[in-house]
Amino acid sequence: MNFDFSDDQKQLRDQARKFLAEKCSPKAVRVVLDGKATYDKELWKGLAEMGFLGVAIPEEYGGAGAGHLELCVIAEEMGRANAPVPFSSTVYLAAEALLIAGSDAQKKKWLPAIASGEAIGTLALFEGKGNPSPKNVKLTAVNGVLNGVKKPVADGTIADFAVVAARTGSSGRENDISLFLVDLRAGGVEIKSLTNLDPTRGQAEISFRDCRVEPLGAAGEGWSILTAVLDRAAVLCAFEQVGGADRALEMGRDYALDRIAFGRQIGSFQAVKHMLADMYVSATLARSNSYYGAWALSTNAAELPEAAAAARISATQAFQHCAKNNIQVHGGMGFTWEFDCHMYYRRANAMALGLGSLSYWEDQLIDRMRKKNAA
Amino acid sequence: MNFDDTPQEAEFRATARAWIGANAPRQYEEELRKSSLGRTQLKNANILEVAKAWQKKKADAGWACLHWPKEYGGRGSSPIERVIWQQEEGPFGKLSHMFIIGHGMCGPTMMAFAREEHKRKYLPPLASGEKVWCQLFSEPAGGSDVAGLRTRAEKDGDDWVINGQKIWTSGAHYSDYGILLTRTDPTVPKHKGLTMFFLDMKSPGVEVRPIKQASGASDFNEVYFTNVRIPDHQRLGEVGDGWNVSLTTLMNERMSIGAGVSTGFPELFEYCSSLMLVDGPAIEDRAVRSKLANWAVKASGLRYTSMRAISALSKGERPGPENSIGKLVAGSMIQDVATYALDLQGAAGVVSGPEDAELAGRFQAMLLRAPGTRVEGGTDEIMRNIIAERVLGLPGDIRVDKDVPFNKIPTKGRN
Repeated sequence: MNFDFSDDQKQLRDQARKFLAEKCSPKAVRVVLDGKATYDKELWKGLAEMGFLGVAIPEEYGGAGAGHLELCVIAEEMGRANAPVPFSSTVYLAAEALLIAGSDAQKKKWLPAIASGEAIGTLALFEGKGNPSPKNVKLTAVNGVLNGVKKPVADGTIADFAVVAARTGSSGRENDISLFLVDLRAGGVEIKSLTNLDPTRGQAEISFRDCRVEPLGAAGEGWSILTAVLDRAAVLCAFEQVGGADRALEMGRDYALDRIAFGRQIGSFQAVKHMLADMYVSATLARSNSYYGAWALSTNAAELPEAAAAARISATQAFQHCAKNNIQVHGGMGFTWEFDCHMYYRRANAMALGLGSLSYWEDQLIDRMRKKNAA
Repeated sequence: MNFDDTPQEAEFRATARAWIGANAPRQYEEELRKSSLGRTQLKNANILEVAKAWQKKKADAGWACLHWPKEYGGRGSSPIERVIWQQEEGPFGKLSHMFIIGHGMCGPTMMAFAREEHKRKYLPPLASGEKVWCQLFSEPAGGSDVAGLRTRAEKDGDDWVINGQKIWTSGAHYSDYGILLTRTDPTVPKHKGLTMFFLDMKSPGVEVRPIKQASGASDFNEVYFTNVRIPDHQRLGEVGDGWNVSLTTLMNERMSIGAGVSTGFPELFEYCSSLMLVDGPAIEDRAVRSKLANWAVKASGLRYTSMRAISALSKGERPGPENSIGKLVAGSMIQDVATYALDLQGAAGVVSGPEDAELAGRFQAMLLRAPGTRVEGGTDEIMRNIIAERVLGLPGDIRVDKDVPFNKIPTKGRN
């Protein structure tokens, strides 16, 4: 049994950590947090140069052709650094949708541009309140013309293109939904920025008015492609969440060692120690579930749907738990804008919703476990 | 990243599987598979006898205490082979329960500290299950604070004379030998005045009384010592060094108990899959699903955490500290799981008798046994201290009795 990353993959993780420590300090994150930039363009360029944006994109489409395990270790470091770049939208969602369903021409057009950092992509799925469901897709596509509104769309204000879920039928079944590839610079697209929990990653409302678009994948296959994309993204996001959870735990631990109150390090009080021990427990459970997700993703195993849902739930819980208790360990200082704790709290809670909320994934997990047991 | 055996591991697995297939007591397989916390018994056989017979059979064929050296009754196997054996042994592993303390704690302590002739004499029958061992550490005055124990050992010629009381001794009523931690010098600080021995449980002056637990069952005992004589050659480690000796034992305790933790989740998932509520199947109820999902990811998280540790063993590395979470997570989880299973039964959940209760009272038995899992082998709070101090590097507790002679430490909280 070798349920671990290889030495090469661990080396890649170290390389990514070092790179991000240098190029993505909390000070750099704050430029975006304070609204002085929409994302960190220099960092994005650097990630492209390092080959990180295209690490899982095949060489024939301009990527490094490594694989999903390599992408997982990079994702963990992106989460740890709280990187203010559209990595998850572009790499986990748009690129994966293209890899799963794109035509050769579509892949040739967009994947090399993603790998080189020239194109930012995203997925436009949600239309206001509610979790992923064919019923919640109201935006229509008639003869390749889109009409409707998507919100929130992660990184929608800076994206060059989007994968858009649209209604192409009215039977009430999953095959009513088809996907489209939309150049967001084209006519008929209106983009509005939305203030959101995590200013280091923008959210947008995108309106499509008689917007002419090209299909992505076969008509009526949209929902099954989306499900596959969300499963992959769930695993990759779980690694970002695990990275974030670990960092929040470290920050709390370090503060507990440095801070003196009542004449002692506050980390010597059991109330604080036990809080940190519990954070370690959730971070560890999340990491182990995520490793299993990585294995299923990298081998395209039949277990992927169940593994992805478990990784998603566990990592979401761990990041939220560690981020909120990191603030608690810091006390009043943790609630200031000046300290970095709130950046992780914001990111943790935004990420908990991005691919559908916890209650959605809980439901998915049980469905998938039942299917497996029935099989 | 893969779950495959190496060729060597695969060969070992095939050998183990073949032997178990041909030799395991198949007639008890179904009952053992269905047994869960608080309810491990066989209807038509004495489980202790079945367990001893299986252990002896394994020992005769070289399958007992796999990781021990051959000369002490083991197989000299690698840690990963031991894990593969446990996987293959499956439900029959539940028969090893009565040997866990002896094999997991007393054996390693003997191996580290006993004289060579004692190791050769006592370890092989311990491995084969012909002799059962217990561990005599906890006392009424020393649970989490084990070093606060008061059982005295006083030198008298070549012997030590023991007086005092132990408590929470698993299996003392069927044990042949025990390892015993005593106080040999009450005038020095508590950690410095301890000494470890092993003794024959049939020695004159040893009296074992079962404790009736909160669950109603009796798995543990009180053991009283009245002028019990132990020869000095049965001392383990130096006089006054008993604390360090006990740390060897306790480290092994946490590893061996943590290895086979049960969470109750498979039982609950199975139950909810067939249970009908007023509005339909329980598994289709939103609230039930949410609870199940939350426990599912804890159970899977523990499973894959131990697979990470096994992978480290497979590569010949030491597992990381992450395995220390097992008992802490599983202990409170099984209690919550049992509580919820009864909640789903409504008022009928109160009925616990095997003849009348739902699933023969499986979850009721689990609920009543569960508080013990959060205390035995280190309470939840001690486990959190260990994680905080040894894994996260936080400061140890401030110990007000650290430099105080033992006999000057207060013994009452209030007057």
